[in-house]
Amino acid sequence: MTTITHHKTHARPSAVSTAHPMQPFWAELVEIQPEAPGVGTYWLQFKDDGLRSSYHFQPGQFNMLGLPGLGEAAISISSSPDAPQRVGHTIRYVGNVTNAISRLKTGDTVGVRGPFGTPWPMEKIKGQDVVLTAGGIGLPPLRSALFTIMNHRQDYGRVVVLYGARTPQDLQFTREYKDWEKAGIELMVTVDRADDTWTGSVAVVPILFYHLRVNPARTIILTCGPEIMIRFVIFEALARRIPPESIFVSMERNMKCGLGQCGHCQLGPFFVCKDGPVFSFDQIQPYFNVENL
Amino acid sequence: MADIHLEIGATVAIEKPVLEDILLSLRNQGYETVGPKVKDGSVVYAALSSMQDLPKGYISEQEAGTYRLIFTGHADYFRASPGPHTWKQFFFPPRTELTRFHRDTQNPKNWSVDQKPVRPPAYALIGVRPCELEAIHIQDRVFLREDYKDPFYRARRERAFILLVNCSEPVETCFCTSMGIGPRAKEGFDLALTELDDVFLIEIGSETGRMIVANLPWEAASAFWIQEANHKLDAACQNIVRTMPASEVLIERLMNDLDHPRYDDVARRCLSCGNCTLVCPTCFCWDTQELNTLNGQVAHRERVWDSCFNPEYSYVFGGNTRPTTRVRYRQWITHKLATWHHQFGTSGCVGCGRCITWCPARIDITEEAAALVKEV
Repeated sequence: MTTITHHKTHARPSAVSTAHPMQPFWAELVEIQPEAPGVGTYWLQFKDDGLRSSYHFQPGQFNMLGLPGLGEAAISISSSPDAPQRVGHTIRYVGNVTNAISRLKTGDTVGVRGPFGTPWPMEKIKGQDVVLTAGGIGLPPLRSALFTIMNHRQDYGRVVVLYGARTPQDLQFTREYKDWEKAGIELMVTVDRADDTWTGSVAVVPILFYHLRVNPARTIILTCGPEIMIRFVIFEALARRIPPESIFVSMERNMKCGLGQCGHCQLGPFFVCKDGPVFSFDQIQPYFNVENL
Repeated sequence: MADIHLEIGATVAIEKPVLEDILLSLRNQGYETVGPKVKDGSVVYAALSSMQDLPKGYISEQEAGTYRLIFTGHADYFRASPGPHTWKQFFFPPRTELTRFHRDTQNPKNWSVDQKPVRPPAYALIGVRPCELEAIHIQDRVFLREDYKDPFYRARRERAFILLVNCSEPVETCFCTSMGIGPRAKEGFDLALTELDDVFLIEIGSETGRMIVANLPWEAASAFWIQEANHKLDAACQNIVRTMPASEVLIERLMNDLDHPRYDDVARRCLSCGNCTLVCPTCFCWDTQELNTLNGQVAHRERVWDSCFNPEYSYVFGGNTRPTTRVRYRQWITHKLATWHHQFGTSGCVGCGRCITWCPARIDITEEAAALVKEV
């Protein structure tokens, strides 16, 4: 049995007070970008000058966004880690807090704590081929990794994005696909249900692996999306002899604190908020196939 | 007595009424004395105004799903075993205000946070049992982690005075000995008391404890008394009937058989009521709640005890990661007995037996654990 070490190599989160870790820092909503029906990107800037310049995050990490009187929600950061003065959060309006956020206007105030959690292993996977596999609202945390890849393109080998949404209207960041391709990133998109205009693939995301030839020895999978999709992505990756330690998944659980304190996000021995959300598959393999753990 | 130096680690004797002086001395030093008290037919932990509040003359009978407080009129103050309350309510209260937000009157889009530092009371816990002390140490590991220290817990915990009472009368549901704890505590208290027929033996555990006893009419503990105490506590060990499998076995078996058929069986009996988590001295899960004034000007963010048996506990958009009683019970028992070791380097169970006593369906954690470690 291994005891999980609580010492993380990455620095203490910049927007978490040591004296009062549950107290939010105020940020101004500076821009709202609609992405798809029911999904928007919310750009936040800390009101405190010092915090605005000291705040930094790594791709795959998340913030707790909160509104007084409504509560907090764990939201992945979808913007570039190289430009942390404006922090982008791509949000689907599904709950109390996210629906309240959907009613905000620019100039409004949002409470922020973070960044929390483990990042995608961008340093460790330098020199490798990277397949980013996302379903639905799983794309935003991977978009942050894509920025890192594009900003340091020569550090990574072949880069492929496999992305699926329910319908063509639900596809996010469509305006950026050209930039991705210009940066030498291959993009394969699929939808569950097509409409009259759609000429692309109609399938679930893992099926895209059938159109992909990978070198398993040098391929890294980063995946985020519905758990059922992740299961089949892992299945397809393992079938292509990609080793479990080369597969990284971002998990979702109920979270209240981000500090490994409230207990809600447990997955076996892990607190997803601090030991995750990004896990290498070999870490969570024993727990992943247990239903409803 | 002044010429004899009382040392930490020393054991002395006091006449029973001198306990009143200890309580008085603690209150004079600013402590709020809290301890066992009879209320609503059980022993609860509440403010003690005098040692007359203690459950003198009572015993408690406990079995799975059963608790009876009986007055027999005996002369002991601490013979009645604990009821449903635990000390965690003082360090980790059922409800704590995390933040109070005030809407800016000039610019209603902005909020300010109440920065008023709240200084919690310094509690003197009177009558902490060895298993309960161990539970406090376990919660210390949870709330005062190396990388993150909960300020609310810390503020309440660090000034607390602990008067321990060694356990001479375990009940049927106790199994502390098989958790390696036993009815006698070794460290982590300010004073440790063993109740004999005529006197209290008091072991000095800290400087604070030493200073309190030094000013009281104490006498040297005679060999007779020490022997009597030893016999009493040894006998207490012998009276503990329930046992829990060894931690190594639990970790290995529980985590390697997460779909054990016993979970289906226990799910048919478990009501998912969460009593076990509420009475557990180590359960620490919490939820946040928002409370608003009607005019929308003030919002309170509070932390409240939560339970892994609540359906909302594991809710995420699109469903519930633990939709059935079967998997909620599994979460509770595997966390308590196995994954707690991974997370905090200790078991989450101290063998106090509360979850057995207070389960309305008489589910017994020792019985379930024994069944779950068996290969089927």
